[in-house]
Amino acid sequence: MEMFYILLLFILIAAVVAVETTDLLSAVICIGAIGFGASLMFLFLRAPDIAITQIVVEVLGLIILIRATISRDLTFISGDKEFFGTVVSVVIIFVIFLAGLRVFDTLPDFGTPIYAEVPDAASQTYIKEGLNQTGAANIVSSVILDYRAYDTLGEATVLFTSIIGATVILRERAKKLLEDSDE
Amino acid sequence: MKGMTIIVKTISSWVKVLIFLFGIYIVLFGHLPPGGGFAGGVILASSYVLLMLAFGRELAQKNLPVTLGSKLDCAGAFAFALIAVLGFAVSGVFFANFLHQNGWARAHLQSGPFQLISSGTIPLSNIAIGLKVGASLFLVIFCLSICRRGKGFSLDVLDTPNKKGPETSEK
Repeated sequence: MEMFYILLLFILIAAVVAVETTDLLSAVICIGAIGFGASLMFLFLRAPDIAITQIVVEVLGLIILIRATISRDLTFISGDKEFFGTVVSVVIIFVIFLAGLRVFDTLPDFGTPIYAEVPDAASQTYIKEGLNQTGAANIVSSVILDYRAYDTLGEATVLFTSIIGATVILRERAKKLLEDSDE
Repeated sequence: MKGMTIIVKTISSWVKVLIFLFGIYIVLFGHLPPGGGFAGGVILASSYVLLMLAFGRELAQKNLPVTLGSKLDCAGAFAFALIAVLGFAVSGVFFANFLHQNGWARAHLQSGPFQLISSGTIPLSNIAIGLKVGASLFLVIFCLSICRRGKGFSLDVLDTPNKKGPETSEK
Protein backbone atom coordinates (compact mmCIF):
# COMPACT_ATOMS: atom_id res chain seq x y z
CA MET A 1 0.00 0.00 0.00
CA GLU A 2 3.02 2.35 0.34
CA MET A 3 3.26 2.33 -3.43
CA PHE A 4 -0.27 3.71 -3.54
CA TYR A 5 0.59 6.73 -1.42
CA ILE A 6 3.75 7.35 -3.45
CA LEU A 7 1.54 7.42 -6.56
CA LEU A 8 -0.87 9.79 -4.83
CA LEU A 9 2.00 12.16 -3.99
CA PHE A 10 3.24 11.93 -7.59
CA ILE A 11 -0.22 12.86 -8.90
CA LEU A 12 -0.44 15.80 -6.51
CA ILE A 13 2.97 17.12 -7.60
CA ALA A 14 2.03 16.69 -11.27
CA ALA A 15 -1.23 18.57 -10.72
CA VAL A 16 0.54 21.49 -9.04
CA VAL A 17 3.14 21.63 -11.83
CA ALA A 18 0.39 21.51 -14.48
CA VAL A 19 -1.30 24.52 -12.93
CA GLU A 20 1.80 26.56 -12.18
CA THR A 21 3.96 26.05 -15.29
CA THR A 22 3.96 28.65 -18.05
CA ASP A 23 4.71 26.22 -20.87
CA LEU A 24 1.56 24.76 -22.42
CA LEU A 25 3.26 21.55 -23.58
CA SER A 26 4.62 20.84 -20.08
CA ALA A 27 1.14 21.37 -18.66
CA VAL A 28 -0.32 18.86 -21.13
CA ILE A 29 2.36 16.29 -20.31
CA CYS A 30 1.68 16.76 -16.58
CA ILE A 31 -2.02 16.13 -17.22
CA GLY A 32 -1.01 12.91 -18.96
CA ALA A 33 1.07 11.94 -15.94
CA ILE A 34 -1.97 12.51 -13.72
CA GLY A 35 -4.08 10.24 -15.93
CA PHE A 36 -1.57 7.40 -16.08
CA GLY A 37 -1.00 7.64 -12.33
CA ALA A 38 -4.76 7.45 -11.81
CA SER A 39 -4.99 4.31 -13.95
CA LEU A 40 -2.20 2.70 -11.87
CA MET A 41 -4.11 3.67 -8.73
CA PHE A 42 -7.21 1.93 -10.04
CA LEU A 43 -5.11 -1.20 -10.52
CA PHE A 44 -3.96 -0.99 -6.89
CA LEU A 45 -7.61 -0.61 -5.83
CA ARG A 46 -8.42 -3.82 -7.78
CA ALA A 47 -10.60 -2.19 -10.42
CA PRO A 48 -9.11 -3.43 -13.73
CA ASP A 49 -12.15 -2.37 -15.80
CA ILE A 50 -11.76 1.25 -14.78
CA ALA A 51 -7.98 1.03 -15.22
CA ILE A 52 -8.31 -0.18 -18.82
CA THR A 53 -10.83 2.53 -19.68
CA GLN A 54 -8.80 5.23 -17.96
CA ILE A 55 -5.52 4.38 -19.69
CA VAL A 56 -7.12 4.08 -23.14
CA VAL A 57 -9.07 7.32 -22.89
CA GLU A 58 -5.97 9.04 -21.49
CA VAL A 59 -3.91 8.03 -24.54
CA LEU A 60 -6.51 9.40 -26.96
CA GLY A 61 -6.97 12.58 -24.96
CA LEU A 62 -3.22 13.16 -24.82
CA ILE A 63 -2.96 12.75 -28.60
CA ILE A 64 -5.66 15.39 -29.13
CA LEU A 65 -4.15 17.80 -26.58
CA ILE A 66 -0.57 17.47 -27.84
CA ARG A 67 -1.62 17.94 -31.45
CA ALA A 68 -3.64 21.00 -30.49
CA THR A 69 -0.72 22.41 -28.48
CA ILE A 70 1.93 21.84 -31.13
CA SER A 71 -0.13 23.39 -33.92
CA ARG A 72 -0.46 26.63 -31.97
CA ASP A 73 2.11 29.35 -32.54
CA LEU A 74 2.03 30.56 -28.96
CA THR A 75 2.89 27.87 -26.43
CA PHE A 76 3.84 30.07 -23.50
CA ILE A 77 1.41 31.66 -21.14
CA SER A 78 2.27 35.21 -20.16
CA GLY A 79 0.74 37.62 -17.71
CA ASP A 80 -0.01 37.48 -13.99
CA LYS A 81 -2.89 35.83 -12.20
CA GLU A 82 -5.66 38.02 -10.92
CA PHE A 83 -5.37 38.50 -7.18
CA PHE A 84 -9.13 38.71 -6.58
CA GLY A 85 -9.88 35.52 -8.52
CA THR A 86 -7.20 33.56 -6.63
CA VAL A 87 -8.52 34.71 -3.24
CA VAL A 88 -12.12 33.85 -4.16
CA SER A 89 -11.22 30.36 -5.41
CA VAL A 90 -9.10 29.62 -2.31
CA VAL A 91 -11.96 30.71 -0.03
CA ILE A 92 -14.49 28.58 -1.93
CA ILE A 93 -12.20 25.53 -1.77
CA PHE A 94 -11.68 26.06 1.97
CA VAL A 95 -15.45 26.26 2.62
CA ILE A 96 -16.06 23.07 0.61
CA PHE A 97 -13.22 21.39 2.51
CA LEU A 98 -14.80 22.33 5.87
CA ALA A 99 -18.15 20.92 4.72
CA GLY A 100 -16.48 17.80 3.38
CA LEU A 101 -14.66 17.07 6.65
CA ARG A 102 -17.91 15.93 8.24
CA VAL A 103 -18.66 13.71 5.24
CA PHE A 104 -15.24 12.07 5.41
CA ASP A 105 -16.02 10.85 8.95
CA THR A 106 -18.94 8.77 7.72
CA LEU A 107 -17.07 7.19 4.81
CA PRO A 108 -15.52 3.72 5.20
CA ASP A 109 -11.74 3.41 5.25
CA PHE A 110 -9.90 4.17 2.06
CA GLY A 111 -9.86 1.18 -0.28
CA THR A 112 -12.50 -0.79 1.68
CA PRO A 113 -15.75 -1.43 -0.15
CA ILE A 114 -18.92 -0.12 1.46
CA TYR A 115 -20.57 -3.54 1.76
CA ALA A 116 -18.03 -4.46 4.42
CA GLU A 117 -19.84 -2.05 6.76
CA VAL A 118 -23.41 -2.23 5.46
CA PRO A 119 -24.47 -5.90 5.16
CA ASP A 120 -27.60 -5.36 3.04
CA ALA A 121 -26.15 -2.86 0.57
CA ALA A 122 -27.20 -3.09 -3.08
CA SER A 123 -23.69 -4.02 -4.16
CA GLN A 124 -23.92 -7.15 -2.02
CA THR A 125 -26.91 -8.30 -4.08
CA TYR A 126 -25.03 -7.68 -7.31
CA ILE A 127 -22.07 -9.73 -6.16
CA LYS A 128 -24.17 -12.63 -4.87
CA GLU A 129 -26.85 -12.79 -7.55
CA GLY A 130 -25.10 -11.23 -10.53
CA LEU A 131 -23.96 -14.43 -12.18
CA ASN A 132 -27.34 -16.08 -11.62
CA GLN A 133 -29.52 -13.24 -12.80
CA THR A 134 -27.55 -12.00 -15.78
CA GLY A 135 -25.16 -14.85 -16.62
CA ALA A 136 -22.20 -12.50 -17.03
CA ALA A 137 -19.00 -13.57 -15.31
CA ASN A 138 -17.78 -9.96 -15.19
CA ILE A 139 -19.84 -8.33 -12.45
CA VAL A 140 -18.96 -4.81 -13.63
CA SER A 141 -20.31 -5.63 -17.07
CA SER A 142 -23.49 -7.08 -15.59
CA VAL A 143 -24.01 -3.90 -13.56
CA ILE A 144 -23.41 -1.36 -16.33
CA LEU A 145 -25.33 -3.23 -19.02
CA ASP A 146 -28.10 -4.90 -17.04
CA TYR A 147 -28.83 -3.50 -13.59
CA ARG A 148 -27.80 0.07 -14.38
CA ALA A 149 -28.26 0.12 -18.15
CA TYR A 150 -30.08 3.47 -18.03
CA ASP A 151 -26.77 5.01 -16.99
CA THR A 152 -25.04 3.55 -20.04
CA LEU A 153 -27.84 4.81 -22.28
CA GLY A 154 -27.34 8.30 -20.88
CA GLU A 155 -23.59 8.06 -21.45
CA ALA A 156 -24.14 6.94 -25.04
CA THR A 157 -26.54 9.85 -25.56
CA VAL A 158 -24.01 12.35 -24.20
CA LEU A 159 -21.33 11.01 -26.55
CA PHE A 160 -23.71 11.08 -29.51
CA THR A 161 -24.73 14.68 -28.81
CA SER A 162 -21.12 15.77 -28.43
CA ILE A 163 -20.23 14.27 -31.83
CA ILE A 164 -23.12 16.11 -33.45
CA GLY A 165 -22.01 19.31 -31.75
CA ALA A 166 -18.38 18.92 -32.87
CA THR A 167 -19.23 18.19 -36.49
CA VAL A 168 -21.77 21.03 -36.66
CA ILE A 169 -19.58 23.67 -35.02
CA LEU A 170 -16.43 22.82 -37.01
CA ARG A 171 -18.11 22.85 -40.39
CA GLU A 172 -17.22 25.47 -42.90
CA ARG A 173 -20.75 26.06 -44.06
CA ALA A 174 -21.92 26.91 -40.56
CA LYS A 175 -19.10 29.45 -40.21
CA LYS A 176 -20.04 30.99 -43.54
CA LEU A 177 -23.66 31.23 -42.45
CA LEU A 178 -22.58 32.90 -39.22
CA GLU A 179 -20.43 35.41 -41.08
CA ASP A 180 -23.27 36.21 -43.47
CA SER A 181 -25.67 36.78 -40.61
CA ASP A 182 -23.15 39.11 -38.97
CA GLU A 183 -22.90 41.20 -42.09
CA MET B 1 2.83 16.63 -44.80
CA LYS B 2 2.24 13.01 -45.73
CA GLY B 3 2.76 11.11 -42.54
CA MET B 4 5.94 10.41 -40.64
CA THR B 5 9.25 8.66 -41.41
CA ILE B 6 9.53 5.19 -42.94
CA ILE B 7 10.42 3.60 -39.58
CA VAL B 8 7.19 4.78 -38.00
CA LYS B 9 5.22 3.75 -41.09
CA THR B 10 6.66 0.22 -41.17
CA ILE B 11 6.13 -0.43 -37.48
CA SER B 12 2.63 1.02 -37.38
CA SER B 13 1.57 -1.02 -40.42
CA TRP B 14 2.37 -4.11 -38.34
CA VAL B 15 1.00 -2.85 -35.05
CA LYS B 16 -2.30 -1.38 -36.25
CA VAL B 17 -3.71 -4.83 -37.04
CA LEU B 18 -2.81 -6.12 -33.58
CA ILE B 19 -4.41 -3.07 -31.93
CA PHE B 20 -7.58 -3.55 -33.96
CA LEU B 21 -7.73 -7.26 -33.07
CA PHE B 22 -7.19 -6.44 -29.40
CA GLY B 23 -10.07 -3.95 -29.55
CA ILE B 24 -12.35 -6.60 -31.07
CA TYR B 25 -11.31 -9.03 -28.33
CA ILE B 26 -12.03 -6.51 -25.57
CA VAL B 27 -15.46 -5.77 -27.06
CA LEU B 28 -16.50 -9.40 -27.67
CA PHE B 29 -15.23 -10.77 -24.36
CA GLY B 30 -16.47 -7.81 -22.32
CA HIS B 31 -18.75 -9.97 -20.20
CA LEU B 32 -16.00 -12.45 -19.20
CA PRO B 33 -12.67 -10.73 -18.36
CA PRO B 34 -12.33 -7.01 -17.52
CA GLY B 35 -13.14 -4.81 -20.46
CA GLY B 36 -16.30 -3.91 -22.24
CA GLY B 37 -17.81 -1.89 -25.03
CA PHE B 38 -16.45 1.50 -24.06
CA ALA B 39 -12.80 0.50 -23.57
CA GLY B 40 -12.84 -1.72 -26.66
CA GLY B 41 -14.39 1.01 -28.76
CA VAL B 42 -11.71 3.48 -27.72
CA ILE B 43 -9.03 0.92 -28.66
CA LEU B 44 -10.67 0.45 -32.07
CA ALA B 45 -10.67 4.20 -32.57
CA SER B 46 -7.05 4.48 -31.47
CA SER B 47 -5.95 2.01 -34.17
CA TYR B 48 -7.41 4.37 -36.77
CA VAL B 49 -5.81 7.34 -35.02
CA LEU B 50 -2.44 5.57 -35.29
CA LEU B 51 -3.11 5.11 -39.00
CA MET B 52 -3.97 8.79 -39.29
CA LEU B 53 -0.89 9.98 -37.40
CA ALA B 54 1.58 7.70 -39.20
CA PHE B 55 0.32 7.76 -42.79
CA GLY B 56 -1.46 11.08 -43.00
CA ARG B 57 -5.08 11.98 -43.01
CA GLU B 58 -5.87 10.93 -46.59
CA LEU B 59 -5.20 7.22 -46.05
CA ALA B 60 -7.30 7.10 -42.89
CA GLN B 61 -10.06 8.86 -44.74
CA LYS B 62 -9.83 6.35 -47.58
CA ASN B 63 -10.09 3.47 -45.09
CA LEU B 64 -12.96 4.90 -43.10
CA PRO B 65 -14.75 7.81 -44.82
CA VAL B 66 -16.58 10.31 -42.66
CA THR B 67 -19.97 9.30 -44.04
CA LEU B 68 -19.32 5.63 -43.23
CA GLY B 69 -18.07 6.61 -39.77
CA SER B 70 -21.19 8.61 -39.01
CA LYS B 71 -23.34 5.75 -40.31
CA LEU B 72 -21.55 3.29 -37.99
CA ASP B 73 -21.99 5.73 -35.13
CA CYS B 74 -25.73 6.01 -35.72
CA ALA B 75 -26.02 2.23 -36.24
CA GLY B 76 -24.38 1.55 -32.88
CA ALA B 77 -26.62 4.00 -31.04
CA PHE B 78 -29.68 2.61 -32.81
CA ALA B 79 -28.74 -0.99 -32.00
CA PHE B 80 -28.31 -0.18 -28.31
CA ALA B 81 -31.68 1.57 -28.17
CA LEU B 82 -33.23 -1.31 -30.13
CA ILE B 83 -31.99 -3.85 -27.56
CA ALA B 84 -33.57 -1.76 -24.80
CA VAL B 85 -36.90 -1.49 -26.65
CA LEU B 86 -36.87 -5.22 -27.49
CA GLY B 87 -36.53 -5.92 -23.76
CA PHE B 88 -39.61 -3.77 -23.24
CA ALA B 89 -41.51 -5.56 -25.99
CA VAL B 90 -40.62 -9.10 -24.90
CA SER B 91 -40.42 -8.92 -21.11
CA GLY B 92 -42.32 -5.74 -20.36
CA VAL B 93 -39.36 -3.91 -18.74
CA PHE B 94 -37.11 -1.42 -20.49
CA PHE B 95 -33.59 -2.93 -20.75
CA ALA B 96 -34.78 -6.36 -19.59
CA ASN B 97 -32.25 -9.10 -20.33
CA PHE B 98 -34.83 -11.00 -22.36
CA LEU B 99 -32.40 -13.52 -23.86
CA HIS B 100 -31.29 -14.67 -20.41
CA GLN B 101 -34.52 -14.46 -18.42
CA ASN B 102 -36.59 -16.28 -21.03
CA GLY B 103 -36.25 -20.01 -20.41
CA TRP B 104 -36.58 -21.08 -24.04
CA ALA B 105 -33.98 -18.63 -25.33
CA ARG B 106 -31.67 -19.59 -22.49
CA ALA B 107 -31.90 -23.27 -23.34
CA HIS B 108 -31.58 -22.98 -27.10
CA LEU B 109 -29.44 -19.90 -27.79
CA GLN B 110 -27.03 -19.88 -24.86
CA SER B 111 -24.40 -22.09 -23.35
CA GLY B 112 -23.53 -22.05 -19.67
CA PRO B 113 -21.81 -19.29 -17.72
CA PHE B 114 -18.19 -18.41 -18.51
CA GLN B 115 -18.84 -19.19 -22.18
CA LEU B 116 -18.57 -16.69 -25.02
CA ILE B 117 -22.25 -16.99 -25.94
CA SER B 118 -23.88 -16.42 -22.59
CA SER B 119 -25.51 -13.73 -20.47
CA GLY B 120 -28.20 -12.78 -22.97
CA THR B 121 -28.15 -9.24 -24.31
CA ILE B 122 -24.97 -8.09 -22.56
CA PRO B 123 -22.55 -9.10 -25.39
CA LEU B 124 -24.93 -7.58 -27.95
CA SER B 125 -25.00 -4.30 -26.01
CA ASN B 126 -21.21 -4.45 -25.75
CA ILE B 127 -20.91 -4.77 -29.54
CA ALA B 128 -23.33 -1.88 -30.09
CA ILE B 129 -21.52 0.40 -27.64
CA GLY B 130 -18.12 -0.56 -29.03
CA LEU B 131 -19.24 0.32 -32.56
CA LYS B 132 -20.72 3.58 -31.38
CA VAL B 133 -17.80 4.72 -29.21
CA GLY B 134 -15.16 3.71 -31.78
CA ALA B 135 -16.81 5.48 -34.69
CA SER B 136 -17.64 8.61 -32.75
CA LEU B 137 -14.20 9.04 -31.17
CA PHE B 138 -12.59 8.56 -34.57
CA LEU B 139 -14.93 11.24 -35.95
CA VAL B 140 -14.05 13.67 -33.16
CA ILE B 141 -10.31 13.31 -33.72
CA PHE B 142 -10.77 13.51 -37.47
CA CYS B 143 -12.79 16.73 -37.22
CA LEU B 144 -10.32 18.27 -34.77
CA SER B 145 -7.31 17.36 -36.90
CA ILE B 146 -8.87 18.78 -40.04
CA CYS B 147 -9.92 22.05 -38.45
CA ARG B 148 -7.16 24.62 -38.60
CA ARG B 149 -7.38 27.92 -36.84
CA GLY B 150 -9.71 30.36 -38.55
CA LYS B 151 -10.76 27.77 -41.08
CA GLY B 152 -13.55 25.26 -40.78
CA PHE B 153 -14.12 22.29 -43.02
CA SER B 154 -16.98 21.05 -45.09
CA LEU B 155 -18.08 17.44 -44.98
CA ASP B 156 -18.95 17.57 -48.68
CA VAL B 157 -15.33 18.26 -49.57
CA LEU B 158 -14.14 15.31 -47.55
CA ASP B 159 -16.28 12.81 -49.41
CA THR B 160 -14.74 13.67 -52.78
CA PRO B 161 -11.00 13.81 -52.07
CA ASN B 162 -10.00 14.22 -55.75
CA LYS B 163 -11.66 17.58 -56.08
CA LYS B 164 -10.79 20.83 -54.40
CA GLY B 165 -13.20 22.56 -52.08
CA PRO B 166 -14.30 25.55 -54.16
CA GLU B 167 -14.99 23.44 -57.26
CA THR B 168 -17.43 21.16 -55.50
CA SER B 169 -19.17 24.05 -53.84
CA GLU B 170 -19.62 25.73 -57.21
CA LYS B 171 -21.16 22.64 -58.70
